[in-house]
Amino acid sequence: MKFGILRFPGSCDEVDALNAASRVADAELIWHGDRDLKGADAIVVPGGFSYGDYLRAGAIARFSPAMESVIAFANDGGLVLGICNGFQVLCEARLLPGALLRSVSLRFTFRQVELEVLQSGGSFTRACALGEHLSIPAKHSWGRYYADADTLAAMDSSGQLVLRYAPGHNFNGSLHDIAGVCNEAGNVFGMMPHPEHAVDELTGGSADGLRIFESMRLTVEGAAVAAV
Amino acid sequence: MVIPSSKDDTHTDASASPTVEDALALGLTRTEYELVCQKQTRPPNQVELAMYSLLWSEHCAYKHSKKLLRTLPTEGEHVVMGPGENAGAVDVGGGLVCAFKVESHNHPSAVEPFQGAATGVGGILRDIFAIGARPIAVLDSLRFGEPGGAPAADSTAGAAAPTGTRSRYLLDGAVSGIGHYGNSIGVPTVGGEVYFEAPYEHNCLVNAMALGLAPRERLVRSAAAGPGNLLILFGASTGRDGIGGASVLASAELGADGDRDVDKRPTVQVGDPFEEKKLLECSLELLERGLLVSLQDLGAAGLTSSASEMASKGGVGIDLDVAGVPLREPDLEPFEVMVSESQERMLCVVEPADEQAVLELCAKWEVNGSVIGTVTDTGRMRVLRDGELVGDMPVAALVDDCPLYDLQPQKPSAPIYAAPRATAGLTLASTPREILLAILSSANISSRRPLFEQYDSIVQSRTVRRPEQADAAVLALPDGSALAVSIDCNGRRVAADPYTGTVEAVLECAANLACVGAAPLGTTNNLNFGNPEKPHIAWQLSESVRGLGDACRALEAPIVGGNVSLYNEGATGPIYPTPVIGMVGRLPAARRAGRLGFARPGDEIALVGAPRPSLAASELAKLLGQPLPDGLPAIDVAAALATHAAVRDAVRAGTLSSAHDIAEGGLAVALAECCLAGAIGAQVELSEALWEAFAPGEPSAPGEPSAIGTALAPPATTALATALFGEAPGGFVVSGETGAVRALGEHVPLVPLGRVGDDVLSIVEAGATAGTMLTLTLDELAAAHASLAQLFV
Repeated sequence: MKFGILRFPGSCDEVDALNAASRVADAELIWHGDRDLKGADAIVVPGGFSYGDYLRAGAIARFSPAMESVIAFANDGGLVLGICNGFQVLCEARLLPGALLRSVSLRFTFRQVELEVLQSGGSFTRACALGEHLSIPAKHSWGRYYADADTLAAMDSSGQLVLRYAPGHNFNGSLHDIAGVCNEAGNVFGMMPHPEHAVDELTGGSADGLRIFESMRLTVEGAAVAAV
Repeated sequence: MVIPSSKDDTHTDASASPTVEDALALGLTRTEYELVCQKQTRPPNQVELAMYSLLWSEHCAYKHSKKLLRTLPTEGEHVVMGPGENAGAVDVGGGLVCAFKVESHNHPSAVEPFQGAATGVGGILRDIFAIGARPIAVLDSLRFGEPGGAPAADSTAGAAAPTGTRSRYLLDGAVSGIGHYGNSIGVPTVGGEVYFEAPYEHNCLVNAMALGLAPRERLVRSAAAGPGNLLILFGASTGRDGIGGASVLASAELGADGDRDVDKRPTVQVGDPFEEKKLLECSLELLERGLLVSLQDLGAAGLTSSASEMASKGGVGIDLDVAGVPLREPDLEPFEVMVSESQERMLCVVEPADEQAVLELCAKWEVNGSVIGTVTDTGRMRVLRDGELVGDMPVAALVDDCPLYDLQPQKPSAPIYAAPRATAGLTLASTPREILLAILSSANISSRRPLFEQYDSIVQSRTVRRPEQADAAVLALPDGSALAVSIDCNGRRVAADPYTGTVEAVLECAANLACVGAAPLGTTNNLNFGNPEKPHIAWQLSESVRGLGDACRALEAPIVGGNVSLYNEGATGPIYPTPVIGMVGRLPAARRAGRLGFARPGDEIALVGAPRPSLAASELAKLLGQPLPDGLPAIDVAAALATHAAVRDAVRAGTLSSAHDIAEGGLAVALAECCLAGAIGAQVELSEALWEAFAPGEPSAPGEPSAIGTALAPPATTALATALFGEAPGGFVVSGETGAVRALGEHVPLVPLGRVGDDVLSIVEAGATAGTMLTLTLDELAAAHASLAQLFV
């Protein structure tokens, strides 16, 4: 199985994502200018400051040639994980509902946060238990998740609210403490905290983030088995 | 500052030539101007005068400090690149070198703190990748005035006492700026320090340190070489930002009236971390592909200093045509192009055969790239505009022949600094509990969490110890070992005793490294001082450099590079002399990096080392409003080094649960910090052995332990305060399994202090009948420790 990690000008955490994904399967970087996704079975849109956050975070990245291929890949059911800036890109690309607004503190904040798993069994959390708490670092200033009331209600009933900040851990003011959401089909997932920075106790404070990448591998391999 | 503009800018048009008055306005002295005329064999024209005025400024030429700096130790077995290049570097094993340096951006930050601090980070990062290293960490060292108000004594010239508003504004702006630049470019900010003292009210300090990693073969120097080779400028386009900025500001005292600084705002550079990220990747790839002869970044004085210094180091000449420079706005005069400090630009020397490949790589990374000149064998710096000569100077005159000045040091006969303002309600009669809470909640001691939570300290996945987890930041290396880094200086203690205070700063760095298990490899320093032309400042500077040299020699941690920032003073007086020290070390096993917090109930706590604590120039003395003492107690450096080694070895062996160096606030504050970091309490007993360790031969404190000063004779009064809150180098608080802790006592002095456990910090006097001296719950400690948060609401 192979992960494809996008790299935009200004991406910061793409190498971290590459190293994290490599612990679980093969992984390769995909340059923003290339339309060729190199046979990746799953795509990761990484964290950072693509295009300097010019205009709006993620607003320019979503138009890159690589993203055009990713959108088609997602529409075909391919797995796409967006982390932090990647989550912002996916919202800009309308692959995910809602938007990420400026944190209520108006400041950049870096903190190790606890996330509650609201949906397990899906493509991105099947290696987690329902209700489990994951310890994952979050670092951003535009991570306040917003969607209008009707959208949120619909997302809730279709099981699209996947991760939420545990009580006391929501520092950005996201509605309903939402930390990660997926699309209706369940193949596109965005989260503001950084699972790629929680794959090694020594540097990440926990290895809980590895579970997200593990889940994706299980999903891809399960589909491969089913297809046989 | 006025630079005469002239449309007929040729060197033959005498009527447009600048005058000696213009030279004075640009910061040259009359004598220096006459020397320039001699070197040029005629009066300099506009372009030439602008370039001389920048290169001969204090900031670029180190006129008052170069002779002193030559006395510092710069060689050692680990040194791969010493002072003189964009950054220094030490060997860290596995074929890798670690590049590092600290620099200041003080005057720009006082004018515009966000961009001043941001571009300070940008500048130091460029110095790192200019020698071929990938930046892996940033640390910052900041100084501001009191955030809550001013010393009562600060009423010179009838100026209104500061309310703290400006210092809070500068703090907020600087922290945001550092976070903005570092976070956006993807380099973690892993450590730092901030102090709040009245003498920094009108002259804040923003020092930024950076580390980088490179395979040894990718290191590159900056000397231009090979007549016929091309000079290529790449990166951002050139505009009018910072024209005359850093150099001119750094060589002049700021006005006392803060409002006039508004006029200086256009001289502060504006940074773009996204542009620099592209520039960084482009530079490293150019080096990976072996396409560059040499590389230099553009900082203060822009093209003027970069091109001239490259030529000087290589003993060559340069012909530079400003028409080749990509401009941000039209109609820049040649002198403006030469002095512009637009950020995110690099200069390289390239063999003609590689020109195409270099320009293609610039296009790939979407940065400007253009040939702007050639290397020559004339030894002259020639500036052209579209082929027409507009400036012609000998390189040696520009870079090497700037006059150097001898300092005229003289120890001041009277105090220079007003006594700090006393904290209301605090006296030596206050209880130990009240005193500890006051110190913990003071601006210099309270938790820096509101600052470091604005920094990404983990990007690049190397960070093993984040801020507040250990005394030094720790970054993993590929082979399983790790780098450790610390940045330190207590300016108030340096003011009390420039020699000893500086030795203390160097030892503080080394002690912090020892706490995580690291041995020092090399040192960098940023000397922040007042006006060196004044004898008492010259004395501070000379004594400080003497201390710096002695301490680095004793530690075998040579200086590999650094920076000097002078003229940090205004009408209200000079800053405290602040030689900021940055030190890098290595530990063999990243997974054994030490931690500062207590960890396990039942662990024994001990004091290791033989510090001689004193209240002189301590945080408690400051809060009590005591004036600075004249001199600090002498340090037993050998004993301190022996203690560092013992702690370092124990941490490396993995036998301790925690190690924390005793610094500002003394033993009681160190114990509180260990409890807070570990979220666990401690039961501490001050024994006879402790009194003996702290003051051998003096009577121990008798009687009532519940209040300092009541019914006790003065020596005993201060004996207790000294034991709890006195400061000195060479002491550590360690915790661990009893056997492991006691084993340390076989090598160095050790006094058992008590046990880890419960959720309160309690300190009692052994054998006391009157109960505990102080008891504080973790919640009470945390509440006091969190006081800085209110500045960031």
